[in-house]
Amino acid sequence: MALVLITTVTSCVNVKAYQRNKLNDSEMALSNRKVEKNELNFESYREGAAGANGGKTGGGCGCN
Amino acid sequence: MKKICLTVVGLYLLLLQAFSQSSTKDTTLQPVVDSPVAYIIKPLKLDEINIVSSYYDQNGDHSAVTGGIGTEKVTDISNGIELKFLTSDNDGYKYTLTTGLGIDHHTSASSAYVNKSGASKTDGNRIYPSIHYTEENQKGTIKGIGLYYSSEYNYHSLAVDASYSHKIGKGGEIDSKFSAYFDKVKLIYPSELIPASTPISTGTTTITSASGRTTTVGGSYSSGSGSNSIPTSPRYTYTGSLDYSQIINKNLQASVLLDLVAQNGYLSLPFHRVYFTDGSEKVEYLPNNRFKLPIGFRLNYFMGDNVIVRSYYRYYTDDWGIKAHTASIEVPIKITPFFSISPFYRYYTQTASSYFAGYQEHKTSDTYYSSNYSYSAFSSSFYGAGIHLAPSGGIWKTALTTLEIRYGHYSQTTDLNSNILSFSFEFKQ
Repeated sequence: MALVLITTVTSCVNVKAYQRNKLNDSEMALSNRKVEKNELNFESYREGAAGANGGKTGGGCGCN
Repeated sequence: MKKICLTVVGLYLLLLQAFSQSSTKDTTLQPVVDSPVAYIIKPLKLDEINIVSSYYDQNGDHSAVTGGIGTEKVTDISNGIELKFLTSDNDGYKYTLTTGLGIDHHTSASSAYVNKSGASKTDGNRIYPSIHYTEENQKGTIKGIGLYYSSEYNYHSLAVDASYSHKIGKGGEIDSKFSAYFDKVKLIYPSELIPASTPISTGTTTITSASGRTTTVGGSYSSGSGSNSIPTSPRYTYTGSLDYSQIINKNLQASVLLDLVAQNGYLSLPFHRVYFTDGSEKVEYLPNNRFKLPIGFRLNYFMGDNVIVRSYYRYYTDDWGIKAHTASIEVPIKITPFFSISPFYRYYTQTASSYFAGYQEHKTSDTYYSSNYSYSAFSSSFYGAGIHLAPSGGIWKTALTTLEIRYGHYSQTTDLNSNILSFSFEFKQ
């Protein structure tokens, strides 16, 4: 995935504002959906890993 | 449960009514005519309301409260509301103030066994208010600060964060954030492991459960009559985050997320039991420091006109010996431009922490010990589907602009299974 990412980032093109209708779709956002908020919480309680996903990294609860 | 549901419905109707009020009066303050500089000050305006509610249900057989054996039955109802206020000035700056309040109610069957007799209270509440402020200039650079608080019977947390976001190059953006959590863990021990140094006062034992019930029985210990008399231990968490996102072309965008997390203080939980190979029993004991390093990648692709692929991968490592991989994919399919169905799948796998062993597997010579199965080696699957509804002009022509419903089933190779059903409502002017 990292290789794919590096390759694609180096080949990025300038996208004009009027060409961004698909990128601006709310489901294309590079973030979690609001409805996922509590899923991220329970995952941080039940799993040893956390972070790098916009959710908890530890702290704020009795989780890991 | 009934009361909580009625409260949510009531809140929804109230918001619907509030946003349905139309005002013909222009509330913008006009410039002062005689003033040499015509400076327009706009009042703070409620722009958006978000409500997220979830029901979570879990079953398993490896509770840490009972040393890695015993029920992990949990239910949790979460409700959160967020109000977003906006204003701007005539220099082109935008200011956002977001206030939030969340309330959770949970039941946990294993909490009953904080008291060995199984008589402890099994339910509890958590309340968490928050406030966040951002300032954005015309170039899209955003600075923000936030203050967060969370309170439950045995755990209190105060957190602050500061963030900076800056646009770069051809469709790139860098977000950086620093967060600090200042937490306090209430030292509620299993009834049979309450420290013997606790003063002997009345010839009775006061046993306090993780969720707050105190029971008095004949014995020799007293931990005090109220929750305030139970000592606490601090836990600090500091997180530095970097997020670089980039538009690749008109259908594709990606981001890299990096967190550096340092924790210190009391990182165990005092009501977690550990049973050793010789049959003896102690409270979980973990190091006072932990460093975590997760790095994540997101890649979102709009395929054709109706299908989006949202993908995510994360590698995680820490100095307690856990290494983990997470990969997920979600494919929203647009049935109409405003309605989509999104099946998703997430796979997770981790190695065990150096400090984990199961029931009666730790040696008494071990320096650190825990039978919390979230530190064990396992893999998990999480799958389900969601719907997303966001018609132009609002749902049924109301201020409710977006509705999301999502269900997921989660299963671990430790035999833990859970289900979660979530709703998200977005109201906008």
